[in-house]
Amino acid sequence: MKKGMNKELAKALAAVFLGLTAGAILMLVIGKNPITGYVSLFRGGLMSAERIGNTLATATPLILTGLSVAFAFRTGIFNIGAAGQMLIGGLCATAIGLSFSWPRPLMLISMPLCAILGGAVWGVIPGLLKARFNVNEVVSTIMMNWIAYWSVYYIVPSNFKGEYLETESARLPEVASLKTPWLTNLFQGSYINLGLFLAILAVALISFLLNRTTLGYELKAVGFNRHASEYAGISVNRNIILSMMIAGALSGIAGATFYTGYASNIQIGVLPTQGYDGIAVSLLGANSPWGVFAAALFFGLLHSGKGFMNAMTKIPPDISDSIIAIIIYFTATSLLIEKVWTWLRKKKGGKA
Amino acid sequence: MWEIIRQIFPYAIAFTIPLLITALGGLFSERSGIVNIGLEGLMVMGFFAAAITIYRLEPVMPNAGLRVLLGLAAAIAAGVLFSLLHAVASINMKANQVISGTAINMMAGAITVYLARNITGSGNIHITAGVPRFDIPGLVKIPILGPLFFRQTYITTWIVLVLLLASWYLLYKTPFGLRLRACGEHPHAAASAGINVYLMRYFGVLVSGAFSALGGAIILVTYSGEFSGNVGGLGFLALAALIFGQWKPLGILGASFFFGFASTIANVSQAIPALMTIPPILLKNFPYVVTLLALVLFSKSSQAPKAEGIPF
Repeated sequence: MKKGMNKELAKALAAVFLGLTAGAILMLVIGKNPITGYVSLFRGGLMSAERIGNTLATATPLILTGLSVAFAFRTGIFNIGAAGQMLIGGLCATAIGLSFSWPRPLMLISMPLCAILGGAVWGVIPGLLKARFNVNEVVSTIMMNWIAYWSVYYIVPSNFKGEYLETESARLPEVASLKTPWLTNLFQGSYINLGLFLAILAVALISFLLNRTTLGYELKAVGFNRHASEYAGISVNRNIILSMMIAGALSGIAGATFYTGYASNIQIGVLPTQGYDGIAVSLLGANSPWGVFAAALFFGLLHSGKGFMNAMTKIPPDISDSIIAIIIYFTATSLLIEKVWTWLRKKKGGKA
Repeated sequence: MWEIIRQIFPYAIAFTIPLLITALGGLFSERSGIVNIGLEGLMVMGFFAAAITIYRLEPVMPNAGLRVLLGLAAAIAAGVLFSLLHAVASINMKANQVISGTAINMMAGAITVYLARNITGSGNIHITAGVPRFDIPGLVKIPILGPLFFRQTYITTWIVLVLLLASWYLLYKTPFGLRLRACGEHPHAAASAGINVYLMRYFGVLVSGAFSALGGAIILVTYSGEFSGNVGGLGFLALAALIFGQWKPLGILGASFFFGFASTIANVSQAIPALMTIPPILLKNFPYVVTLLALVLFSKSSQAPKAEGIPF
């Protein structure tokens, strides 16, 4: 077990190293100095309490979408629909926040709950289709992403139109924001919000569920070998549906933390990038809850520092997205890394 | 009603063509056994490569037609090179093809905007001239069909239709096509018959790169005229068309046109009084819902290549 963990960690670090190297090459291609580029990128994410707060706030939805993808992965399901589930979760939370004038405690409970519900519905549909009709979940979750995209595209302007722009909802009142004065003040006015605690709670709960409960054991068993699980009396279909429902719920909360915490309204015409970034987070975190947590913090740092880096060095901010994408590619081709690794060790062994 | 259809038709076809060529590319990849959900990214890559090439040539090359031609060629080259990443990952490295495809989508979206922003600041690249529309002489006079299919057409439309025909012939009427499809159905049997499965799968993936990138470039030179960093999910719509068309060239043609027409109606419905009664939310969601339904209906008898997604 320990050795397996070390190997996963080595693979993740190698992918990160290769991703950062590729990023350095991209900086060189446009004639910039990668060292000053990276220094300002990391300073941009860490150099003050406010910036650390922003890094944590950026990481919050990534923790949750990463957890969503990782959780489904453990049951052998590829949840590529985190973006749509997140969008619907965000829409549900925003709808509550804009429609009712409830007291704050009720808001803080009902908004995430509604987001969970919306995300779970969006996740359970592909789950049901897979369990009942053996519909490939990759395709169905992609379709659900675009259904979410176009639904939000038309529902928001006709029901929650913003004051100035057609492309976003009205601003949430302060009583319905996950931002809270003591936390904002603690981090000198950053975007950090209560969503971070929801995310950490989710990581702990999912970790417990997967490692300490019968349900978690069954879910993982289905992921390892569907047929053996079926033979052992585990209901594969029930577990698939449940897994997608929980995965959808997690992405749903991600939507609440992003649209009603980090931001103050919901935009139309954008699939949240956190959905696909969640796949990267999950892979880099080796599908384990606390691994996801660490990977999300790292990607959050890459994203939150890019604005400062752009201001200081004129390197386009899209470098961060490029690095993350390249890291996924290298995680996917980890066989290459493994081969090089064994080859190096053999070579070392030969010499000794 | 006829007047509306007559007006919409050229737009619907213009919108269908990139979808069709991309789905056709996906067909080659999936028929050879490699799932390619990176179609969207490959389209973006072609969109970008064509835009940057034409943009750079504008000051030095006065001939707009030649510029566009070189732009399309650059797009195809870029698509082939970029799809090589997916091929290496899924064929040699036995990577999870869905993950590799996702990485392709994310890389294309990020790196092209990164490079474009470095050139133009905004990340958008505007070109001054694309391909012109023209009426096909003679054929346009045919009643009903003439005004629908031969009025205001683009040359790229006819190129794509020729490619469709050629692909159908290659895949279904030649030994090469049979071998390629065998690699997607039962690679081990194919290998024991002396077919080089790796080579066939490389061919499939690279064609998907070339065709998708061409699709992206066609968006640029026909109705868009500006690189904007994304193709708005058209690559995923092409994936839906591939599935709804049940992995067959004619099915893909039908599905692409169906989706292209539905999207066009949704796009123009606010401008045409007769269509304002249909809520656009339904029209826009229509292709995706239909694809889900098709997946359910065909779940028992899906024509999907049996070995797709499984490393050989």
